[in-house]
Amino acid sequence: MTMTIIWTGMVVLSVLCGLATGRGPEVAAAAVEGTTAAVELCLSIAGMLCLWTGIMEVMRRSGLAEGLSRLLRPVLRRLFPEAAGDGEMMDSISANVSANLLGLGNAATPLGLSAAKKMSRRSQGVASDGLCMLVVCNTASIQLIPTTVATVRAAAGSGAPFDILPAVWLASALSVSVGILACKVMARLWGDESLPVSNIRAGRKMRRQRQ
Amino acid sequence: MNLVFTMIVPLIISGVALYGAAHRVDVYAALVQGAGEGLETLVRIVPALIGLMTAVYMLRASGALDLAAAALSPAMELLGLSPELLPLMLVRPISGSAALGVGAELITAYGPDSYLGRTAAVMLGSTETTFYTIAVYFGAVGITKTRYAVPAALCADLTGFVAAAWAVRLCFG
Repeated sequence: MTMTIIWTGMVVLSVLCGLATGRGPEVAAAAVEGTTAAVELCLSIAGMLCLWTGIMEVMRRSGLAEGLSRLLRPVLRRLFPEAAGDGEMMDSISANVSANLLGLGNAATPLGLSAAKKMSRRSQGVASDGLCMLVVCNTASIQLIPTTVATVRAAAGSGAPFDILPAVWLASALSVSVGILACKVMARLWGDESLPVSNIRAGRKMRRQRQ
Repeated sequence: MNLVFTMIVPLIISGVALYGAAHRVDVYAALVQGAGEGLETLVRIVPALIGLMTAVYMLRASGALDLAAAALSPAMELLGLSPELLPLMLVRPISGSAALGVGAELITAYGPDSYLGRTAAVMLGSTETTFYTIAVYFGAVGITKTRYAVPAALCADLTGFVAAAWAVRLCFG
C-alpha cells in the first residue's frame, strides 16, 4: 500500500504541477519517454546482472560463504552476546552476515530468519536486543561488491564502473557502525521494555498472590 | 590501484572460477543456473521499473522536483547533500526497485562519472531497503513490539546517505 500512495502521489502531483507551470505537453511526452527508458535500462543491464548472479551461484556452491563465516565468528560473538553460548544460533548469524557480504541476498534471508526465530522464542512478541541488532545489521548494506549499481553505471557509459568501490566501502562501514552504535545506545534507553511482557505479568501475579 | 578497479570484473570472475574448480564444483553448470535466476529477477523488476521511471520522468518534466529541491535545499545543504538526491533518499528505504529506477535516472541524467551520478551510485550501494527487511524479519517471527529497531536502522540509513556524498568528495575530489 505504501508504494500505491507514493506512486499515485507522484503521478497526480506531476500532472497538477505541469498544468500549473504550463509544462503540460512536456509531462505528456515524459510519460511515454519514461516507459521506453525503463525497458532500455533493463535490457542494458540484463547481461551483466545475469553474469553476476551466475558468479554468485558459483561462490555459493564452492563454499566461499562458509569460509568467510568461520572468519567472522569471533567478531560476531562480541556483537551478539546473547547468542555466544548457542552454537547453532551463532552459525546462522555468521552465515547470514557472510552471505550478505558476498551479496547472496537470497541465501542470507533464510539464514537470518532461522537465527531470528530462535531469538524470538525467549521473548514473545517483543524484539530482544539481539534480534534488533540482527535486523539492523541486515537493513544496513554490507555487500562488498555492489554489482547491480556498477552494472547501471556501466550501462550509462562509465569508463570504470567499479571505481566507486572505495567510496561504497567507506559509506557502508560508517553506516553499519552507526547502526550498531545506535542499537547499543538505544538498548539502554529502551531498557524497561526489554523484559518480555509475559515475565512482567508473571512477576505481578506472583507479587499479588504473595500479598 | 586504478588498474585493479578497472580489472576487477575479470579478476573476480577468474578468481571465483578457479576457486570453484579447485573445490570440485561444476563451475559452468552453476554459472548458467545462476544466470537463469538473474533473468528471473530481472523479469520481476521490469514492471516495477516501468511504473516508477514513468512517474519519475513525469515528475521531473512537470518541474515539481525542482520546486521540492528548492524548498528543501537548506536542509539538504546542512547535510552536505545536493537537493537533486532527495527523491532517491525518500524512496530508498521503502522499495528496492523504485530506488534503482530513481537512481538509474540520476546516473544517466547527470552522467555516471559526475559527482551527482557517483553519489547516487554510492548511496544505492551502501544502503538497503530498510522497511522491507524489517517487515520480513519481524513478520516472519511474529514480533509486534519492534522497540528501537526502526529508529536505529534509519540512523544507519541517514549516515549512509551523508557518508556517500562525503566519500565521493574524498575519493574523487
